[in-house]
Amino acid sequence: MSIAASFEIEYLQYLDPEGKLVRNDLPEFARDPKQLVELYKTMSFVRVFDSKAVALQRTGKLGTYASCLGHEAAHVAIGSAMHIDDVFAPMYREYGAQFVRGVKPREVLMYWGGDERGNDFSGPAHDFPWCVPIATQCLHAAGAAMAFKIRKEPRVAVSVVGDGGSSKADFYSAINMAGAQTLPYVSVIVNNQWAISVPRSAQTGAKTLAQKGIAAGLECLQVDGNDLIAMRTAMDYAIKRARHGHGGMVIEAVTYRLSDHTTADDARRYRPDGEVKAAWEREPLKRLRNYLLAQKAWSDKHEEAWKAECERIVDIEVNAYLETKVQPVEAMFDFVYAELPVDLQEQRAQVLALEKR
Amino acid sequence: MAQITLIEALTMAMAHEMARDPSVVVLGEDVGVNGGVFRATAGLSEKFGPVRVLDTPLDETTIAGIAVGMAAQGMKPIAEAQFDGFVYPMVDHIICHAARFRTRTRGRLTCPLVLRVPWGGGIRAPEHHSEANESIFTNVPGLRVVMPSSPSRAYGMLLAAIRDPDPVIFFEPKRIYRQYKEEVADDGEALPLDVCFVLRDGSDVTLVTWGAQVKETLEAADALAKEGISAEVIDVATLKPLDFDTIHESVKKTGRCVIVHEAPRTAGFGAEVAARLAEHAMYDLVAPVERVTGYDTHIPLFRLEMKYLPSVERIVAAAKRTLAAG
Repeated sequence: MSIAASFEIEYLQYLDPEGKLVRNDLPEFARDPKQLVELYKTMSFVRVFDSKAVALQRTGKLGTYASCLGHEAAHVAIGSAMHIDDVFAPMYREYGAQFVRGVKPREVLMYWGGDERGNDFSGPAHDFPWCVPIATQCLHAAGAAMAFKIRKEPRVAVSVVGDGGSSKADFYSAINMAGAQTLPYVSVIVNNQWAISVPRSAQTGAKTLAQKGIAAGLECLQVDGNDLIAMRTAMDYAIKRARHGHGGMVIEAVTYRLSDHTTADDARRYRPDGEVKAAWEREPLKRLRNYLLAQKAWSDKHEEAWKAECERIVDIEVNAYLETKVQPVEAMFDFVYAELPVDLQEQRAQVLALEKR
Repeated sequence: MAQITLIEALTMAMAHEMARDPSVVVLGEDVGVNGGVFRATAGLSEKFGPVRVLDTPLDETTIAGIAVGMAAQGMKPIAEAQFDGFVYPMVDHIICHAARFRTRTRGRLTCPLVLRVPWGGGIRAPEHHSEANESIFTNVPGLRVVMPSSPSRAYGMLLAAIRDPDPVIFFEPKRIYRQYKEEVADDGEALPLDVCFVLRDGSDVTLVTWGAQVKETLEAADALAKEGISAEVIDVATLKPLDFDTIHESVKKTGRCVIVHEAPRTAGFGAEVAARLAEHAMYDLVAPVERVTGYDTHIPLFRLEMKYLPSVERIVAAAKRTLAAG
């Protein structure tokens, strides 16, 4: 027998868990400590925000919330690698990417706090909303990429899906379409090892999730998703080649969900403590901080001051959220159609009459 | 003006809008070089090229999801579901996203797509090619659901559907794709998407139907006329939003109503029409509302399918029962 096809999946890492460089070919952006410090500060901000959001839920001031604890490097790398004109199709915990793109923390809180206006966010008006039904956003991103191709616009669409989401038909459909049509589409699998209670090992027999892109004809890469430098390097590469017409790419960001799936979940029921403890040793903030400390680009004093600043900003955002008035009741009718059909006008009037009674 | 069939009118409408608006694209399985399995997109690929008349991979999830993504980013996709029985993989994208982007984002993103669905039985097709599944969509907020039954209505309603700022499920009664020809001007005139069409005036009984059953219902009205019974025939070409006023006005006049549809009876769209009559027209009615529908079974394979579909005989009998009752 001869070989019909063969493939390898490369793995990219710059910083080991202790924050030591494991390669000596640092990309341009990472040679500038100032840029790295800014990215670190964003990651750090996301963590402060995330912990505050969980606290708000625990005290009854927020609905169910999906934490992003442990995903900060992957998310901030995605957001910072994209142009503002590019289109982002998130799942529902990519706040790090979205803050970089202009979404306000108060808008995240509004969404999980039961107010649709959170999705009418301050980020790019073309970005897709949070997407709960798992992996459908992949096809919307591919559709956006198709629109860019038809209109000959130098824009790229990026979606994020989890390890569980990469089992869904929509994920495969999207990368298949991207391969068939050479679309400017980057599909990022943020593999945090757990789809609620189902481990990565139960999702697929494939050795890596990145290799799923091989069957679609896409370039694939597995990345240490806790390593900001590696993630950003991978995203820069994928987005650049997509923008220049070389087609789509699948990036698997290997990370760990340090939190419960959402605040409605209790991961202690299904996940060994030892595994979580070990994952904390690999978490993304520590290694980048160690690296920056070693570079003398950051200090304990900086750390303390920035943490305080994050707390201050998050408090402002939380207060803005808490002070947001509930939408008028007729809001449930006012965005169903461009123009309200007669049937709905009658129902809208009924609801208004009940309100005024 | 050309004499054209219903399906030729659809092609003409798509060509008209594609020429007028560069954001209109067609996508689906075999819609390109092949011109569609029913020939609805014949000639479009030659005219507009393979980028705007896109042969997709053989995956309905792809067609729907890509159409949603494109529509949210400023395109006006016309997606084709090759057959009614193949829309189910599309439903997630239609219900969770196409129908609710406007609501979910408070109007920031919208989804002006058209999903064309060759619909219904009676063409001796294989299994899963003969479904009347409109009521799956009529229960979904944010969608428009329409079904033309003549060449001129097909042309005007498809133009309107493409131009509409919201997603439209456009059912095409494939049994009458080529039933007859009619003069249709390619004048770009759209029809409204929220009115019923009164196809025949009458005073004794109102026959309410849509899609391919318009054919049998008009034939039933002819048969009734021969017996001196005057039937009004209403084509509910726009199921959602429903123009109940037109139906109500007719029932005020006739006092009797027979609803005819191909889909299974229970929770079929006829139930909605009957419920509205109960709510708003109880005292206009002189006889119980009758429904002539498909049975609550799966549509049989083709040796029995005509026994399943509403027949002229069943419609006439139902109309006579309303006359006997009051």
